[in-house]
Amino acid sequence: MKLTLKIWRQDGPRARGELKTYAVDDISEDMSFLEMLDVLNERLNAKGEEPIAFDSDCREGICGMCGLMISGEAHGPEKTTTCQLHMRSFRDGETITVEPWRADAFPIIRDLVVDRSAFDRIIQAGGFISVNTGAAPEANAAPVPKPHADRAFMAAECIGCGACVAACPNASGMLFMGAKVTHLGELPQGQPERAKRVQAMVATHDGAGFGGCTNIGECSHACPKGIPLDVISQLNSDLRKSASGRF
Amino acid sequence: MATSTLPATKPASRSSIGLKLLMAATGLIFVGYVLLHAYGNLMVLGGADTFNAYAHHLRTFGEPMLPYGGLLWIVRIVLLVSLVLHAYSAITLWGRANSARSTRYAVKKNVGSTLASRTMRYGGLALLLFVVFHILHLTTHTIHPQGEQPTPYANVVNSFDKWWLVLIYVCAVLALAFHLFHGVWSAAQTLGLTSTAASRARAKLVAHFVGALVATAFLIPPLAILFGIVE
Repeated sequence: MKLTLKIWRQDGPRARGELKTYAVDDISEDMSFLEMLDVLNERLNAKGEEPIAFDSDCREGICGMCGLMISGEAHGPEKTTTCQLHMRSFRDGETITVEPWRADAFPIIRDLVVDRSAFDRIIQAGGFISVNTGAAPEANAAPVPKPHADRAFMAAECIGCGACVAACPNASGMLFMGAKVTHLGELPQGQPERAKRVQAMVATHDGAGFGGCTNIGECSHACPKGIPLDVISQLNSDLRKSASGRF
Repeated sequence: MATSTLPATKPASRSSIGLKLLMAATGLIFVGYVLLHAYGNLMVLGGADTFNAYAHHLRTFGEPMLPYGGLLWIVRIVLLVSLVLHAYSAITLWGRANSARSTRYAVKKNVGSTLASRTMRYGGLALLLFVVFHILHLTTHTIHPQGEQPTPYANVVNSFDKWWLVLIYVCAVLALAFHLFHGVWSAAQTLGLTSTAASRARAKLVAHFVGALVATAFLIPPLAILFGIVE
């Protein structure tokens, strides 16, 4: 395959960035998108040019590191992560624009790498349960009804990749936060801190500079794990009820 | 990157979700109002006596417990307060959304959203302008292309026999329907009533039904007058 790539290059957090055009050929359609970028980087290295910085870790679609905005869609045209996106999803001769996640809460570190630690701060604010240390509790002491367990697992699929923020016109982190609130709120272990959790997470989310939700649904569409908009309704409901503490 | 240890600044009521709740609640007040307003407009189909009696009755409603026009003023105050809160939260969230992404994408596709949802802010501004025009036209008669008219019925009928005035109202009603298509479902979602796939689908259905109902009811009187069905 022959491709024209327009890739965002930026030397550092405060540097001015710009889209640079690269022509690549001899790309196999069985390569993943990241392997295609690896090939381009090897060629840039051979020419003595600075390679393109991008994030990746597991390369099997479960860690959430490799977010890229590919021709205007978070993680590209397929419902998966960038590492699991293959070049067969593109046409030969296509021009592909590659940009980093754009959100002021996710500052750019270099080229396509952004700092997603705002998500970590939201988790630190409330995305946890407190348990006493010591012997593990007896497994059947806190039974969880099957529908609740299923919904908790569905929400827990979130890998925190940030595609929801990237795709949202308001750069809102509500789908991420909704997934965490739903995940813990469905389980008995999540109940004692439920009111405090949602208030602290929402306050941290807003403080980090994410926008508000307008319920348009781009986030859910971009989510590689298919987290539904339901979790944002759950988040809204939990915040509304957090004043009384009756869920 | 250093981790910020700054305390969170906004209480839950002024959080983005708190503002959205305010927008949803005031939006539902507007939905109730436009349904009643659209129903009232249909009285024009009953002829001059029916419509004039309806207009008179609106002002004597609740007498003697309420003064003449008392109900109208209560409704106006509720609507005005709702409008201020609705617009305040919308503009605040609009500002926050803009500063949440100060650098735009060079290429951005909208693939998972409806046109109605993406045009809420502009549609809302257009509706605000229309409401001002509408009040100047049919409430205060500051703008009166229909001339001075003796009765509410004559006022309405002699307005909507002008095609360009009908056009303005038709555009406004379509903008309102568009706003409701997304707004009604969005209010349900913001109030946290759509936490399952089924309830989400139901809320969308209700939103489409309400939008279509309001649009149809609002469009019938001016079009009936324009085409001479009501004279």
